Amino acid sequence: MSRAGKFVVLCSVVALVVVAAGQGSTNASHRGGTLKLYAKAAGGTLDPQVNYTLEYWQLFQATYDGLLAFKKAGGNDAFTVVPDLAQNLPTPTNGGKTWVFKLRSGIKFSNGAPLTVNDVVASLRRIFKVKSPTSGTFYAGIVGAKACLAKPATCTLKGGVIGNAKANTVTINLIAPDPEFKYRLAVPHATIVPAGSPTKDAGTKPLPGTGAYYFASYDPNKQLVMKRNPNFKEWSHAAQPDGYPDQIVESYGLTVEAQVTAVENGQADWTYENVPADRLGEIGTKYASQVHVEPLTAFWYLPMNVNLPPFNNLKARQAVNYAIDRNAAVKIFGGPNLATPSCQVLPPGFPGHQDYCPYTKSPGTKWSAPDVAKAKQLVKESGTAGQKVTVYSSDDEVNKAMAVYTQSVLNEIGYKASVKPISVNIFFTYVQNTKNKVQINVQQWYQDYPAASDFLYILFGCESFHPGSDSSINFSGFCNKPINAQMHKALKLGVTNEAAANVLWAKIDRQVTDQAPMATLFSPKHLDFVSKRVGNFTFSKQFYWLVDQSWVQ
Amino acid sequence: MWGRGRGSAPTDHVGVSAAATDGARVSEREQVPVGASPWALARRRLRRNTIAMVMLCVLAVIVVACLAAPIYAHHVAHTNPFRSNLDGTTVVNGKSVPVMPLSTTGLGLGSVPIGPTWDPAHFLLGADDQGRDVAARLLYGGRNSLLIGTAAALITCFFATIVGILAGFFGGLLDGVLSRLLDVVWAFPVYLLAISLSTVLLQRSFSIGPLKLQSGSLLLPILIIGVVYIPYVARPIRGEVLSLRRREFVEAAEGLGASTWRVLWSDILRNVVTTAIVFFPLMLAIDMLTEAALSFLSIGVQPPDASWGTIILDGQGLLYTRPTVAIAPGIAIAVTVLALNVLGDGVRDALDPRAKLRVFD
Repeated sequence: MSRAGKFVVLCSVVALVVVAAGQGSTNASHRGGTLKLYAKAAGGTLDPQVNYTLEYWQLFQATYDGLLAFKKAGGNDAFTVVPDLAQNLPTPTNGGKTWVFKLRSGIKFSNGAPLTVNDVVASLRRIFKVKSPTSGTFYAGIVGAKACLAKPATCTLKGGVIGNAKANTVTINLIAPDPEFKYRLAVPHATIVPAGSPTKDAGTKPLPGTGAYYFASYDPNKQLVMKRNPNFKEWSHAAQPDGYPDQIVESYGLTVEAQVTAVENGQADWTYENVPADRLGEIGTKYASQVHVEPLTAFWYLPMNVNLPPFNNLKARQAVNYAIDRNAAVKIFGGPNLATPSCQVLPPGFPGHQDYCPYTKSPGTKWSAPDVAKAKQLVKESGTAGQKVTVYSSDDEVNKAMAVYTQSVLNEIGYKASVKPISVNIFFTYVQNTKNKVQINVQQWYQDYPAASDFLYILFGCESFHPGSDSSINFSGFCNKPINAQMHKALKLGVTNEAAANVLWAKIDRQVTDQAPMATLFSPKHLDFVSKRVGNFTFSKQFYWLVDQSWVQ
Repeated sequence: MWGRGRGSAPTDHVGVSAAATDGARVSEREQVPVGASPWALARRRLRRNTIAMVMLCVLAVIVVACLAAPIYAHHVAHTNPFRSNLDGTTVVNGKSVPVMPLSTTGLGLGSVPIGPTWDPAHFLLGADDQGRDVAARLLYGGRNSLLIGTAAALITCFFATIVGILAGFFGGLLDGVLSRLLDVVWAFPVYLLAISLSTVLLQRSFSIGPLKLQSGSLLLPILIIGVVYIPYVARPIRGEVLSLRRREFVEAAEGLGASTWRVLWSDILRNVVTTAIVFFPLMLAIDMLTEAALSFLSIGVQPPDASWGTIILDGQGLLYTRPTVAIAPGIAIAVTVLALNVLGDGVRDALDPRAKLRVFD
């Protein structure tokens, strides 16, 4: 290398070092301030093992940790599971049934108590003791879970969770290999809280956590305040990075319209709610730089009860699928820049997804246009014409508009449809209970973790259908034995060959779509509207905007 | 005193105010045609009330326009106002345009329904969030609002008259029971009561003997609104009957051996019926407002049916971009209620020029 060349290289290295150092100091200068979030209403209990709302799952990312965590990163990186309180992500032994986690040392809860093996064992038992909504699904595969589900108060998970304080390890034994177990340990329901935490829903009393922040106060009628955890020292930037704002405050009570105006005026930094349809044009033009639109792994759909007329008839269900104008549904949601028409269960970009759409003018891979003539013919053939159908929806603006549109379509193809909007507080459980005889409803499903089973098995598996229960997430009551057997086969195959399992899931997706226990409408995108001062916006596909990773100064 | 016995006309009455004794005599300033019936006199006074007549005409125009809703929708606007039309098109200035155009500026977010074109054949008042013609829905909505208001006001006045007469005339235990019942209903804030009833009844079908009401039936808001206002009319009527009960002509009738029912029919009912008539337009206005409030809260008229309240609700989400959707039915309600109130005052003045009666004073 010539002298000049060496000089150039030296200058480049110096420049890089200077830039990197400058970057570091620039980021450090962003530390501080208060991030002001707004939501129409509080998200209910603050207990991370009980709450099942996106509103608080987003905030739990900065306050609590599990043995494992989804990587705090933008885009698809967010689907990667990384070790959090555990030192590493273990490879399961004993044929995939035993997971041994070694805990990190030196981690403290926000109350100053050190994290111990006892805390982990007690927290895993607590999932059952507090009757976590996913205790019967996500964690039912742990040895001893059956007894815990039967008698939660005396749950010990005997033989299922074994702590070794000396070795600082926790061993989890499963009944059968579960390729999705690592995901299940990374969601907030598997949060580790102090061993002495109450064995009932903590409600509005925050539990200490190990995250970068802790909940300092919570008044569901007023606000939720998060402050820096004084005992937090970053141990893994991927799992639990330090945050920028000194304080994060989520306030409640303003209407959505007022929240949007507050963000426009810089009085608030973010609104949790979907921006109302009549404000989309305004923020998309005047405040475009403050808008972040990201595709989601989710779908909006109309579950049809396969056990009630008229939708106990396959042709009637297929008729609805043919008649629905997905473009119209997309328009209600905010237009093609906020949603993509779809006919199937698995959303684009999701494991196992292969484009498939039989319910369109030109059947194939993509939806093009409704086929109302075919729908009318199918209704006629089914002999269900003239029957009464009630469309249930939650009573917010977009869902109600979707229900009114569905009613119009049902009337057009020969049914006598009516609409029943129900308060969003009770809608989710009401439509699950078969006693309420819900024929069709407007529904959404957002992934818990990136696995095809989280859509197909959870929503359409026989094991998810519990007649007479408020917790029967299989809204359609769909239980097709041959398809269910294939789901079990795919779950088992996933332990050894994930790629082959996803091929099988793609086939199951087509079979479920053909059976039409639902009419898929579209895959939505997520819109975040933030104030001008919010910087470093990072969108995790798993838990959406990473609030503490943005700065406000 | 009028109305004893055979006369088919009601009394020139009376009964509402303390000036009832003199109520049979009309103002000396009026030139009373010899032999004119009290109805004729009332009509004559009403006709001379210019403002009331103007409001009657306004009301007539609104009613006729609403009745013509199907003609407008099918033969003028060529639209189905009960069908979602999100991908529909219309013609503006000779060009075909989408009813729900997508935003093309900035990030291209959202779609705003077409605004007023002021062309009766093509979305005169624009479209709502389902791409439906607002003008056509406004007329159909008016039919439902007027129907519910009228039917509810009839129910209120009819049952209030019966309850008021029975309680006031028979007194004693019956009066005690009926009055307490009225007190119970009156004790609830009227909107709270109406909202509670609507919320419960709209969730499921409702049966009264052989009569089965479906949850979306218009009869439900009619019955609910009609019932909750009964005390507001029954109480004044009861008071009036109490006053009439002690009047000489009633005692004379009883002294002459007239049966109770005959006295009730000929002397009491005919003297209080004018009060019910005066109340009717006022109750109609109040009932329409109540219906609009219930429908706005999604517990009145159910989609896809429309009423002025539901259209305001539809327009709520479009206030920033298409305020016409909410403003148009708001104006319709305001004008109709104003016309009914002024007309009601005119009717009251015509039937009893000296009365001091005011609803909810």
